[in-house]
Amino acid sequence: MEYFLQQLINGLTLGSIYGLIAIGYTMVYGIIGMINFAHGDIFMVGSFIALATFLALVALGISALPLILFITLLVSMLFTSAWGWTVERLAYRPLRGSFRLAPLITAIGMSIVLQNFVQITQGARVKPLPPQIQGGVTLIEGVTENGTIAVQLSYMQMIIIATTLALMIGFSLLISKTSLGRSQRACEQDQKMAALLGVNVDRTISLTFVMGAALAAVAGFMFLLLYGVIDFYIGFLAGVKAFTAAVLGGIGSLPGAMLGGLLIGLIEVFWSGYFSVEYKDVAAFSILVIVLIFMPSGLLGKPEVEKV
Amino acid sequence: MAAGLVGVLGFFFLALRTDIGTGGLDLTYRWGLWFISIAIAFGGRLLLNLFVFNRAKPIASGIKISLPAGAISAGSRVLGPFLLLVALTLPFIVMAVYPDRDRQFIDLAILIMTYVMLGWGLNIVVGLAGLLDLGYVAFYAVGAYSFALLAQYFDIGFWMALPLAGLLAATWGIILGFPVLRLRGDYLAIVTLAFGEIIRVVLLNWYDFTGGPDGISGIPKPSFFGLDFTRTGGFAEFFGIDYDSIHRFIYLYYIILLLALITNFVTLRLRKLPIGRAWEALREDEIACRSLGINTTNTKLTAFSIGAMFGGFAGSFFATRQGFISPESFTFLESAIILAIVVLGGLGSQIGVVIASVVMIGGIEILRNLGFLKEIFGPDFEPTQYRMLIFGLAMVLIMVWKPRGIISSRNPSAVYKERKKIGSDMVAQGEGH
Repeated sequence: MEYFLQQLINGLTLGSIYGLIAIGYTMVYGIIGMINFAHGDIFMVGSFIALATFLALVALGISALPLILFITLLVSMLFTSAWGWTVERLAYRPLRGSFRLAPLITAIGMSIVLQNFVQITQGARVKPLPPQIQGGVTLIEGVTENGTIAVQLSYMQMIIIATTLALMIGFSLLISKTSLGRSQRACEQDQKMAALLGVNVDRTISLTFVMGAALAAVAGFMFLLLYGVIDFYIGFLAGVKAFTAAVLGGIGSLPGAMLGGLLIGLIEVFWSGYFSVEYKDVAAFSILVIVLIFMPSGLLGKPEVEKV
Repeated sequence: MAAGLVGVLGFFFLALRTDIGTGGLDLTYRWGLWFISIAIAFGGRLLLNLFVFNRAKPIASGIKISLPAGAISAGSRVLGPFLLLVALTLPFIVMAVYPDRDRQFIDLAILIMTYVMLGWGLNIVVGLAGLLDLGYVAFYAVGAYSFALLAQYFDIGFWMALPLAGLLAATWGIILGFPVLRLRGDYLAIVTLAFGEIIRVVLLNWYDFTGGPDGISGIPKPSFFGLDFTRTGGFAEFFGIDYDSIHRFIYLYYIILLLALITNFVTLRLRKLPIGRAWEALREDEIACRSLGINTTNTKLTAFSIGAMFGGFAGSFFATRQGFISPESFTFLESAIILAIVVLGGLGSQIGVVIASVVMIGGIEILRNLGFLKEIFGPDFEPTQYRMLIFGLAMVLIMVWKPRGIISSRNPSAVYKERKKIGSDMVAQGEGH
């Protein structure tokens, strides 16, 4: 039971990170209907920026840890958004209105570019960062035949889950209440009509990429803090998992992406906790295949209506 | 504007570098590099604005360059046989022109032909049937591993294993295809991607059977009607010529050329059969297709399994060429490259695939050999590490320049009264469902 609870907490933490990345996929897909393959690499770029900022701040002699973390978060969100905007501007906007596979190919190309750019400028070796936030609270202590097992909720995990919750609430409000959110929803339904009614479609799409990139930066920073190890290749697997999460939850739906992220995180952690670590990816992907066979539009997605 | 952007974007990557030093991570500052890149971007943008954008606008809008339609179709009619002729005589041309580097060039030609074959195989799935497959490399892996394992456990030679590998890959295509073909568009794409990853992870972790990350080595080379390419008692002795290791390369080249031509021939013939027509109808409009009484599930399954079969053939050829395989060779990047070749060449176009693979794969290999750049930028400069960066940029640029691929117009398969070429703007395919 204690083991189960511990795994649950770990799974929720990992799932929050996947969920944050998945939101970027799902928003872009909702608006322009393309798989943004470079999004995983935007996440990777975000975590590298966070690492560099963190080290620079430490080198500047700022000692208050919460301040450092806060500034790092803001800086990485800002700069990663600039990356997201640029990728959209360079690789996707020229192909707006062209046929569907073209932006997919440029996305794959962009992903290769980003990976290799980071590899060349930052080196191919793994960057370890020692854990910064230590300690936690013990929730339950149980006695088993092997000794005591304590269910730990570390401060790190608390921060991750709390930040994710706050961002989720913030983004839901942004989408449902502000004029930007209104124009996003309008573009999602019908771009041409939205343009006729005076919505700046290009600007809305750019802002969507910016928002997705900012969330990916948050996820990247948390990934860095949680695992303490990053390299230029983390973007691919995280991206695929997050996309899986977005599809699982029903692509195009924000709560769906979060739910899908949490599910993928939980499946992965439970599978590696109870069965085998090697096949955790297989488990996550198999669940995806099974869900899609029985619910082709995901858990919370709207079924697609075919029109002739 | 652009310079400012480069400054902002590059700040953390060019100006700062995190290195592993003593006692954790160190930060080094590289302001010089940062300023240089800003200056380059500024200058480049200025030149572009001055010379390209200002001049291009009035001229391009006034004159529309159009080749006469006859010239294009005649060009493509000649191009096919010409390329075939070049491909058939390539080893001898290479041996005559570059006698000292012939092995390297033939090896490159083999690699390009492998990708041509993979591109043609994927073209059936993506180009003809319009099913977006992001996990094609899975079938490539199945083919390679089935030959390697058959050779390892049952001591079966290449020619025996080739049909078996194709058959196994086709079976996997059906196994994968059967449950997922109800899915549409991007769902199909992500499931095929997931399948490709599953296969790779299983190959990586099933240590007892596949050797895990160590891979399988010592895969036998193909024989020429029972004659091996060894120093004694093999091919060279039988025909009474001097032994030369180049013979094996030439032989491998002709095998892959033959396999690729078979793929092409089968595809071209299939397009004329009802099943091929059904594929293309499916690509254009699935609903119309279903209402005309075509069994869409069967049609998709055949496309999937035939595409997979050719992937399997190419895979077992890859295994025998390398003599060693490991899961490293079957990453998502391979799938992406093959898909890029198909899309860049123009969906459904056979010659486009050839051109795209020559450009992409040949381009990568040329970048590998740019030794002279070392003399310009100093000995620290390593051109090979930039080749994937340039590869990715080229993918983006070609796509932006020609969104429908290099060969974008297409001959209709079925004609009514007269044969007309369909321009790229008329083709609304590639919906991928």
